[in-house]
Amino acid sequence: MRYAFFGQMELKTPIVEIKEISKSYRRGSRIVPVLVDINLDIQEGEFLALMGPSGSGKSTLLNLIAALDKADSGIIRVGGIDITSLSEGDLAAWRAINVGFIFQFYNLIPVLTAFENVELPLLLSGLSKRERRDHVGLALQVVNLVPRMDHYPAQLSGGEQQRVAIARAVVTDPKILVADEPTGDLDRVSAEEILDLMDRLNHESQKTIIMVTHDPRAARRAHTVRHLEKGYLNSTVENGIARESKETG
Amino acid sequence: MYLLKLLFRNAFRHKLRTLLTILAITIAILAFGLLRTVISAWYAGVEASSATRLISRNAISIIFPLPLSYKDKIRQIEGVKQVSWGNWFGGIYIDEKNIFANFAVEPKSYLELYPEFILPPDQLSAFLRDRKAFVAGRKLAAKYRWKIGDTVVLRGTIFPGTWEFVMRGIYRGKDETSDESQFFFHWDYLNESVRKISSSRADQVGFYMIGVSRPDRASDVALAIDRTFKNSLAETLTETEKAFQLSFISMTEAIIIAIQLLSFVVIIIIVAVVANTMSMTARERIGEYAIFKTLGFRGWRIAATICGESLFITMLGCALGVALTFPAASVFKSLLGVYFPVFNVADETLYMDFAAGFLVGLIGSIVPTWRALTIRIADGLRRIG
Repeated sequence: MRYAFFGQMELKTPIVEIKEISKSYRRGSRIVPVLVDINLDIQEGEFLALMGPSGSGKSTLLNLIAALDKADSGIIRVGGIDITSLSEGDLAAWRAINVGFIFQFYNLIPVLTAFENVELPLLLSGLSKRERRDHVGLALQVVNLVPRMDHYPAQLSGGEQQRVAIARAVVTDPKILVADEPTGDLDRVSAEEILDLMDRLNHESQKTIIMVTHDPRAARRAHTVRHLEKGYLNSTVENGIARESKETG
Repeated sequence: MYLLKLLFRNAFRHKLRTLLTILAITIAILAFGLLRTVISAWYAGVEASSATRLISRNAISIIFPLPLSYKDKIRQIEGVKQVSWGNWFGGIYIDEKNIFANFAVEPKSYLELYPEFILPPDQLSAFLRDRKAFVAGRKLAAKYRWKIGDTVVLRGTIFPGTWEFVMRGIYRGKDETSDESQFFFHWDYLNESVRKISSSRADQVGFYMIGVSRPDRASDVALAIDRTFKNSLAETLTETEKAFQLSFISMTEAIIIAIQLLSFVVIIIIVAVVANTMSMTARERIGEYAIFKTLGFRGWRIAATICGESLFITMLGCALGVALTFPAASVFKSLLGVYFPVFNVADETLYMDFAAGFLVGLIGSIVPTWRALTIRIADGLRRIG
């Protein structure tokens, strides 16, 4: 499928293709459907926000796209690879190369410094120590945290921790960034900084960003906003920036 | 390197918990080491026994004597090189608290047969000259602060009366397995005194100590000795010194088994302590393991982190326990040296200590590792926050 969003941007083959995905959880003897027949294409370079009330299945869908969880049925292709058919070991290797993760609670390792946290994904890359140091330095430069690289997470503010997490997410130069409520634990100023940073990564580095959020301000930064309700994906496709202009205008 | 850094920092994340666990392991390894050393000390006599010595005693029981006249017949048996004899004296020094091994022996042949007891030549000749002389091991002499020329009085139990001896020598052991806490004196002095009190008990010996020319002939010689005295009024039971020592130990076998079981119970308890610590650790860090998995880390790396941390903690406790075993054994030896004249921490005990520490670390990490490896990433991430 080829379509245009933003009016001026011609899009190519989707980087993420989701076909007929369903997922349910077992709660005792009950089976609770979380996602039902989801179909979604995400274009390369797109900034997509997934919104919806709690329990609507947003995070589950994000986990499936990032290969953190397995669907009950359906197919997910990312960059042409059917990730639903990969083994656990292959998925681990695939994630290490292709996906960067940003979480609500930053999920840094508390006993490692900012530098070491960012270096973590590179340990699987086979790079030399020197090459790793260069990559980490660059990633910390992007998030403007070089002076704080020897600090432990507990010595950093929430916004700084999230910037370290972003540096960790981009240090391997993945095509896709998945963010689960990236501003959910931050004050307004820090949240804006993080969203600015994500904007830059999307515009300047052409990262495809898939973000789950409750925050309308965060959603406004996205090119596309999709809503989930009770496991179903609404057919309405909103343009985040257009929505912002409408609201502010 | 990165893994080592991570597990080292993780190990000291909860300093108090880690230190208490290390302390528990240290105490357990110390207890294990001491119990194993007690068992080794029990068998010290067996270890020190010679393959070229036989002990011949009354076939009915060791408490029944053998005639002194047997010595000449034993000497004539082919393969016999030396013959000595002696009696367990069972004397008490001052009061019942002061118990030590004391024997009446034929001094010249005894010291020839037991070259591991080293006596300076001047002391040896002084000992052989004086019929009331006695010789004590270095440890025993040090314990009671006896000096050459001191008169020591023992109260007889098997041979009633008050027995006066003069110290003429202090022997030292050839090596650390030699018992340096024995007291021995002239058998003739005992025999003459007994003859005066009860002539029927004279010229009777408790046991013969026989040196054989070749160790491989020891069993043939033993059979030949027993055959010689078969159907006599005092039949003999001759066995190697090792078998003789083991027959004594077998009387206390139940105690040894109890100590052995206790030493393993200590290890089982410490496995539970380590497993508990590591389970708590893994439960708290389940979210972090999920992050590692998210970033693409495979199971074996996560397993190595948990196992490594567990091994680091246990081996640290183990090393401290081993280091403390030596001073503890020294204190133990000074307090109970009379019962355990040879109380040395053997190399085998140290190997067992480290093997036990390693196993504890490994077993203690099985359940937490399994939990960390089997948790779904999404479930693990949900635990954060």
